[in-house]
Amino acid sequence: MKRLPLAILFFLVPSWIFAQDDLMNLLDQNDPKEINFTTATFKSTRILNGHSIEKMAPGQLDFRISHRFGRINSGAYNFYGLDQSNVHFSLEYGILKWLMVGIGRGTYEKTFDGSAKFTVLRQSTGARIMPISLSIFSSVALKTLKPNDPTITNYFSSRLSYVGQALIARKINQSFSIQISPTYVHRNLVATELDPNDLLSIGAGGRMKLSKRVSLNAEYYYLANPKTYLSQKVYNPLSVGFDIETGGHVFQLFFTNSLAMIEKGFIGETTGTWTKADIHFGFNISRVFNLKKHKKPEIL
Amino acid sequence: MKRLAFISILSFLFFAGNAQKYMTKNGFIGFFSHTSMEDIKAENNQVAGVLDISTGEMVFQTLIKSFHFDRALMEEHFNENYMESDKFPKASFKGKITNLSSVNFSKNGTYEVTVDGDLTIHDATNKISTKGSIEVVTGGINANSKFNIVPEDYKISIPGVVRDKIDKSLGVIVTMKYTPLEKK
Repeated sequence: MKRLPLAILFFLVPSWIFAQDDLMNLLDQNDPKEINFTTATFKSTRILNGHSIEKMAPGQLDFRISHRFGRINSGAYNFYGLDQSNVHFSLEYGILKWLMVGIGRGTYEKTFDGSAKFTVLRQSTGARIMPISLSIFSSVALKTLKPNDPTITNYFSSRLSYVGQALIARKINQSFSIQISPTYVHRNLVATELDPNDLLSIGAGGRMKLSKRVSLNAEYYYLANPKTYLSQKVYNPLSVGFDIETGGHVFQLFFTNSLAMIEKGFIGETTGTWTKADIHFGFNISRVFNLKKHKKPEIL
Repeated sequence: MKRLAFISILSFLFFAGNAQKYMTKNGFIGFFSHTSMEDIKAENNQVAGVLDISTGEMVFQTLIKSFHFDRALMEEHFNENYMESDKFPKASFKGKITNLSSVNFSKNGTYEVTVDGDLTIHDATNKISTKGSIEVVTGGINANSKFNIVPEDYKISIPGVVRDKIDKSLGVIVTMKYTPLEKK
């Protein structure tokens, strides 16, 4: 009978000590198996020049102002390119969870553009494991620059060009993301017979977070078409710069050898090269507005 | 033989404790910040909680990513820059009703209670003590509370440029609708 108190202790002590842990375990057991989607693979809808897999969420409007200045090697007289400015404005809006549409206007060849980006796969862990994110980007650009050869008939269709892109990205860890972007560009009218209407390119880009709000980004597009016989010498665009995030804004400051801010331009018509310091300073500013109605919660 | 009977009674008592437990998987926690520059609020309807009415112990647990904001960008910043949700995915609370005797769980009604416990957010734990109410209703128990927390107490760093946009002390609202936990 002497051992009885010991037995009581044996039963009660654990229940006192572990009571709360038991409650916690209860919660853990009941943890729903959820799909944990990877977020913020990139800070912005652009890596630098080209699109990233990111989109605006439904009801969010992204107003973007992008600039590319002149070439740095144009000398002090042109204030190293800053005297000359190319601009591209765009409005991009998330309609559905998987769909964003946008319109834009750029100085480069006085071009209007319309685009759509679709989410196909989202990187996730947990209940469903998906190693990559995949978005499809497609756009149409309308060049409105007056034709320089007045002797030929200019159809409306000859002003158009098209882009199709598969954007495949993986956020490898908290600070490092990469993306591969196979790209197809079709130009209805090209300058000479030497220039192909169809361009094939593969882009590669990545970002490395330097701090919670700053990341180092780089992006390169390899043009697969032979460049030997083109009417003008073109180079593959390479861009290197920073994303700086401040609340509702994302600033992207970078250097690039391309002047255009649409795929058709920077993939097929980049005439500058890093080796000769034909480098442009550029920036993108993104300001996000929330157009979704605020629903008043019952309690707050 | 006597001893065995005793032990089995004891263990029965021990396990019978389960019947005293109430649970919810979709409790509500919301927080808000009000400054002259910006109003911020987030809501989470996926809070799991257990209340043991025999001891007054209560625990909550939720995924940080279950907090939703009106603005998608704000939600992204909340998870990426402030809460570091991939590193510290959960927030939890372990506490106890200190004046359990003032609640009559067998009679419907609202009872004022004080809860003391440890709140863990962003891997930092602080003791909190708050007033709340326990509402005994037919078929369940509701618990409500409202308190304030200071982000810096939980090692959540807020940069100078946005400090003025976020309240020094955030209001938190907890609303739980518990139902008896069925034995498995």
